[in-house]
Amino acid sequence: MTKKVGLVSAGITRFQRRAKETGKELSYYSAKMALDAAGITRKDVDGVIIGSAPDAFDGVHQKHEYLTDGSGGYNLPTMRGYVGGGTGVFSPIQGWYCIASGVHNIVLITTEEKMSSVLPSTQAAFMTIFDNLIERPLGPNLIWIFALEMRRYMEAHGIPKEHIASVSVKNKENAIDHPSAMLGKKWTLDEVLNSEMLADPVRLLDISPVADGAASFVMMSEEKIKEFGISLDDVAWVDGVGWNVDTTMWTNRDLYYPKYLEKAAHQAYNMAGQKNHSPEVLRKWLSFAEPYDPFNYKELHHLEGLQLFGKGKAPQAAFDGITARDGDFPTCPSGGLLGVGNPIAAAAGMKICEIYWQLTGKAGKRQISGDLTRGLAQAWGDLMQVGTVFIARGGRVE
Amino acid sequence: MNVRGTRLTNDEFHNVAISVDHAPEIQYKWATGVAITKFLAGLKEGKIYGVHCDDCERTVTPPRMFCEECFSPMNNYVELPDTGIINTFSVAYIRTDAVRIEKPQIPVVIDIDGTTLTPSGFLHLLDDVKIEDLKIGMKIKAVWKNPEDRTGDITDIKYFTGVEA
Repeated sequence: MTKKVGLVSAGITRFQRRAKETGKELSYYSAKMALDAAGITRKDVDGVIIGSAPDAFDGVHQKHEYLTDGSGGYNLPTMRGYVGGGTGVFSPIQGWYCIASGVHNIVLITTEEKMSSVLPSTQAAFMTIFDNLIERPLGPNLIWIFALEMRRYMEAHGIPKEHIASVSVKNKENAIDHPSAMLGKKWTLDEVLNSEMLADPVRLLDISPVADGAASFVMMSEEKIKEFGISLDDVAWVDGVGWNVDTTMWTNRDLYYPKYLEKAAHQAYNMAGQKNHSPEVLRKWLSFAEPYDPFNYKELHHLEGLQLFGKGKAPQAAFDGITARDGDFPTCPSGGLLGVGNPIAAAAGMKICEIYWQLTGKAGKRQISGDLTRGLAQAWGDLMQVGTVFIARGGRVE
Repeated sequence: MNVRGTRLTNDEFHNVAISVDHAPEIQYKWATGVAITKFLAGLKEGKIYGVHCDDCERTVTPPRMFCEECFSPMNNYVELPDTGIINTFSVAYIRTDAVRIEKPQIPVVIDIDGTTLTPSGFLHLLDDVKIEDLKIGMKIKAVWKNPEDRTGDITDIKYFTGVEA
């Protein structure tokens, strides 16, 4: 029998291209904010989780050791999970099983990334994730593989670029209301469609910006939530978690559809007790979602993998405004990676923060109207092969 | 929400702020393993090898020593044609280090003929093609380096190009 686990607070730094603070200092900011918001101190914490992506960005190997103090892990059971871009949603999954299993009662989770340290560009660090024997000699670039996937997806369903570009317009506009955002701005569809061509079909405004930043949250067992007298209005219960990984041989997979994410999503819905996984039912059961959007097409690709829209159906829905913050099924109300910024692990951590703030009515100008029951956050990573899914429900939702 | 963090401009970061620089010198030399050694040795001879899983009854490339699906060992290597179709491609105006280039590179995922998984192939580059003619499903073939210039490397294939109809 697993224990009931709740998110009780969140904290986040500003996301920016170049931060003066070290990764450890950024982690301290967000961790301290999350502790303060929960009304607890580090002494109450009995487990710490650190999420951070490739060490190559920092040039500090085993960087969880380096980040430990800033994440509150000094002299505590501390661990780092790492599944590339999927890390920020995997970290709260780790937090969940630490408490659900009864090992810990109060866990502090920090997701951090500092991408500005590597020169001349982050691509030098990204190169280290490619296959070392038969891909690196060709001089690949991370944007290539997204362009390859985006074209395959567009071809499979005959998707017009306008539909995909509408996601950039939506998310960057949503980000205007996020205090951490780098790129909150109202762009026109034409500006996105005509932005600088990088690797056809990927253009500059199709991509989220690299960044420095950190995001943290506190999770507690139900008995600790009662013991500390935390109001259920300030709690978001962990409802379902899922994760799955496909082969690293990405040229042996049909990139048009993220099968691994479908499997992760089924796992999470089943754990939450939701047995009907049809898009119409799931979109009613959930109030909103924060799918992973490092590129605009990925939000759509992921919405389909999550079973929230049928295959090839998400682009038209986005273009029609269904996924706008005031639409029938809001996606990335935070502004997403496209608008808030993409400090890898922290960017997905930002999505967990958003789920918490939306479900507890603390999202300020970004608050989705109406009674929210459940929210889903999702991330994607490793070499285009991992899916991580996290579902939370409001503190008073049965 | 009272976010924190101190922004440095590009100029401050590179020219004003106190910083510590480090340019590590580090090199790697990777043994290429059982299956990829077979693949690379094949390229040196102008051949593309795949491997057949006798349990799953499928032929895949690049070769691997075991089947990730049924987890059986695989050592039934098969020679495949040096032709295939475009599974997907891009026309890239940025180099590997994100610097802009005038003549685009055309990365491609090739579905190699004779494989039974879709797709089953590898990443390479297209050249000597008209960009406006490119489309998914187009038939392509390998253009090889001269035998004396091959070293047992993925670049022993110079590039892939269109097959005349």
